[in-house]
Amino acid sequence: MTGRCAWARRAAWALALAVAAPAAMAQDSLPPAPLAYKQLADPAQEAAATALMHELRCLVCQGQSIADSDAPLAGDMRHEVRSRIAAGESPDAVRDWLVARYGNWVTYDPPFDAATALLWIGPLLFLLAGLWLARGRFAVGVPDERGEGA
Amino acid sequence: MKKNWLLFAPLAIVSLLFGVFLYRLNAPEDRMVESRWINQPMPTFNLPPATAGIAGLKTSDLADGQPRLVNIFASWCIPCKAEAPQLDALAKAGVPIDGIAIRDRPEDVAAFLAETGNPFDRIGADMQSSVQIALGSSGVPETFIVDGRGIIREQIQGIITPAMVPEIQRKLDSLK
Repeated sequence: MTGRCAWARRAAWALALAVAAPAAMAQDSLPPAPLAYKQLADPAQEAAATALMHELRCLVCQGQSIADSDAPLAGDMRHEVRSRIAAGESPDAVRDWLVARYGNWVTYDPPFDAATALLWIGPLLFLLAGLWLARGRFAVGVPDERGEGA
Repeated sequence: MKKNWLLFAPLAIVSLLFGVFLYRLNAPEDRMVESRWINQPMPTFNLPPATAGIAGLKTSDLADGQPRLVNIFASWCIPCKAEAPQLDALAKAGVPIDGIAIRDRPEDVAAFLAETGNPFDRIGADMQSSVQIALGSSGVPETFIVDGRGIIREQIQGIITPAMVPEIQRKLDSLK
């Protein structure tokens, strides 16, 4: 019995390794880019870069900013942002450069356009609809025109 | 009584919302971020060789009058292995293919090519994904169809399947 248990355990281990190996290999082994985790020497530039990095979306770990993500591509994007800021580019220019490549999707602060219009105007529309629905109830002393309810 | 339909408005709105939720829940997940850098010139770069014996890749290589494929890959990328036979078939059919290896080591690239064959004329090493980002690419593998003047005409995200090979050849022929 013990012999068979040991064999089964070994088989289970081999299976687990076979399953785990490709996942482990699917990571590159290069060290992070120089400026992925290293702050810029100039505090003002670093502050500008950090603010921008919190506003840029990670491409592979969607839902995180590149400042929050440990994905290699996020590190490379931080390196790209810090390098460009260090070279004197403005945060707006860096953002525009990325938006030209990935679309507004890449920023958490998308501009007002056809795609985002409903988000901005939506609350106002709901407020107007609510006022319209409630309009009869604001009338003081005037009998309800339907002669019912209220 | 004439405005009784209003009583159903909240129900209608909630039903509509649930309809939208159900639709989105059942729609296949699509998290691909497409490049907007299409019909634009290749970014300026000069990448060193990714492994010994194969030339590196620079922007001027991609504007020699020949339409070609630029394949973004990595030795650590499992789907890239599944894509290799299709790239091989395209290369054997005379399609020029250049590669950009993302975050890779020379010895790993060499081992990858030894295993899958080498369809590439040149392979540039993109150690910090800078060219990948400049291309608006968000993963591996991806393939860009580049015309003879070095203008990017199309982005293919994910692996090239066998069924896509003839279509890619037609597209390249149309760019000649």
